[in-house]
Amino acid sequence: MLVNRQQRMQDLIQQLIERHGRTRSALIPILQDLQREDSVVSDFAMQVVADELGIHPAEVYGVVSFYSFLDHEPRGRFVIRLCRTISCEMAGKARVARQLENELGITFGQSTADGRFSLEWASCIGMCDQAPALLVNERVYARVTADQVHAILDECRQVFGAHAAHAERVAVAVAVAGGAS
Amino acid sequence: MIPRDGKRTPLTFESITPGAGLTAALKLSRADLIAELAASKLRGRGGAGFPTATKWNLAAAARVQEGQHKYVVCNADEGEPGTFKDRVLLLDHADLVFEGMTIAARAIGARKGILYLRAEYIYMRRLLEAELIQRREAGLLGSAIGGLEGFDFDIAIRMGAGAYVCGEETALIESLEGNRGEPRNRPPFPVDTGFLRQPTVVNNVETLAAVAAIFAKGAAWFRAIGSEQSTGFKLFSVSGDCERPGVYEFPFAITIADLLSQVGGTNAKAVQVGGASGTCLPASEFGRRLAFEDAATGGSIIVFGPGRDMLLVAKNFMEFFVEESCGQCTPCRMGNVKLLEGIEMLERGECSSAYLSELFGLCETMQLASKCGLGQSSPNAFLSIMHGFRNEIMGRSPVPMRGER
Repeated sequence: MLVNRQQRMQDLIQQLIERHGRTRSALIPILQDLQREDSVVSDFAMQVVADELGIHPAEVYGVVSFYSFLDHEPRGRFVIRLCRTISCEMAGKARVARQLENELGITFGQSTADGRFSLEWASCIGMCDQAPALLVNERVYARVTADQVHAILDECRQVFGAHAAHAERVAVAVAVAGGAS
Repeated sequence: MIPRDGKRTPLTFESITPGAGLTAALKLSRADLIAELAASKLRGRGGAGFPTATKWNLAAAARVQEGQHKYVVCNADEGEPGTFKDRVLLLDHADLVFEGMTIAARAIGARKGILYLRAEYIYMRRLLEAELIQRREAGLLGSAIGGLEGFDFDIAIRMGAGAYVCGEETALIESLEGNRGEPRNRPPFPVDTGFLRQPTVVNNVETLAAVAAIFAKGAAWFRAIGSEQSTGFKLFSVSGDCERPGVYEFPFAITIADLLSQVGGTNAKAVQVGGASGTCLPASEFGRRLAFEDAATGGSIIVFGPGRDMLLVAKNFMEFFVEESCGQCTPCRMGNVKLLEGIEMLERGECSSAYLSELFGLCETMQLASKCGLGQSSPNAFLSIMHGFRNEIMGRSPVPMRGER
C-alpha cells in the first residue's frame, strides 16, 4: 500500500517535470501542481523532486517553508484564509474569525480532525474595498459577516459530498463551482 | 465569485482602444519608441516612481549572453496592504497590460514575457490565460508580431506562492528562478542581470497599462495631466473608514483633502498613504498632494475615522511586517520584532519616553541598514504614528480600552 502511494507520487512528479521542465526555475510550478493533487508537499515528494532537479532536498524544503501557499504539513481539503490586515481588521474580521473557530471547533493554524478544513490567517488579499474578505482554496468571499460563516462552510461541505477521500474530485468540483459563479 | 464591483470612477483606460498603442509603437524605431515614452515622463506606478523610459533604455543597451534573451516581467504581486487597483486592471483591462508588455519587449528586444501573479489572485488565472490565447490567435503574440519581421514575443503566467516580499523586483526574480523570495544585492540591477542573469525589465501592472495608453494617445496628452514631476493619472485604492471605498482615478498631485471629499471620508483623523510601508498623515497634513514630490504612494489610501485607536493601527502594520520579513538580513528580521514588542509595551502602558527614543534610533538603523525596501520602509508607519499621535499613545492604562474598534 505504502509502496503504491510512493510509486504514484513518483509518476506524478515525472508528469509535472515533463510539463514544466527539468530546471530549477520550474521548481515552484512543480510544487504548486503537486500540492493541488496531494494537498501537501511531503518529505518523500521533496526528496524525489530534489533528485530529479539535481538539487539538495534542503533547497526544496527551504522553498516550501518560505512560501505561505506551499505546505509541508498536511492540511484540510478546504483551506480557509481570512485576511487579518488593517482594512479587514477595521471592518470586523475578528468576529468572522471567532465564528469560523466556533463552527469548526479549531483555532487558526489548525485543521479539523476529519481533514476537511484548515483555518489560516492571510496577509492582505487585495479585497480591502470589500472587507472583511477570505479565500477558500481558489474562491474569494467578500464583505463576509459572522452570520454568513455557516453558509460558506456548508457550501464547501456540499462540494465535498460523498467523495471525501478523493482530493482530485474535490479539486475538480471546486473548479466547476468557481467557474459557474 | 469574481470581485467585479471595485470601481468608483470611470477610468481613462476605458477610453483607450485596445491595440491602438501597439500599432503606434510598432511604427517607431526602438530609439524613437523609448524617446516617446521618455517625453511622457511616466514613472513607475508601483510606488518607487523610477522613470520607466530610463529603465527600458538601460535594458535595451544591456548585452545578452550567447543563446540567451531578454525578459519583460509584469509585477502583479500586488501585496501592499490597502492596494487592489491591479485586481481591477487585470480583471477589466488585461489587454492593455499585455499590450504594454509587448511594447516593452519591442523597446528592449525581449523575446519572453512573464506575468507574475500573486497566489491570492489565482481566481483570475483562467481569464488571463484566455486573454493570452486570444492575443496569440490575433497575431498580437507569437512570431513577427504586427507583421514586423523578427519581432517574436510571447507571455507566460507564473503564480506567486504567498510572499509579500516578492513584490520587490529582485525577490520576484529569485522566486521565478525557483528560490526563496530573498532580495538580491543591488547593483547589479535587473536591467542587466535579471531573470536567469539576463537583462530584465520589471514593471508594475498599472505602469504597463499606462504605456499602452501613452502610445495610443501620445506623450503630450499624458504629460499635460498631473504635475511637472508626477505626470499622468493614477489609480488609487481607497479603503478603511470612508463611505465609498474602491478604485478611483485622479490626476497626480490631488490633495488628500480633495480625495477624502470624493470618497466620503472628510471626518477622517488620519490617512495612511502608501500602505503599510507608507506614512500615516494626521488631519493637519491633509493639504498635502499625492505625488512623487510630496506624499508618494503606489496608490494605497487607508482612511482612519475619528474613533480609531492609532496604536492598534500601528500594531497591525508591525504584525504584518514581522510575518512578511523574509528573514535574510538582521535589521529587518529583528528590528520589526522589537518595534512590535515596543507597541505591546505602549499598549500595556509600560513604555518610557527614553525607550521610545531608543526605538526611534532602531528605526533609523533599519532604514539605513536593511537590504531591501521592506526593512527600509517598515519603520515609516511606526514613526509617523508615534510622532503624529504621541498624546494618544503614551501613558495608557494597562487594561485594554474597549469599544474603539
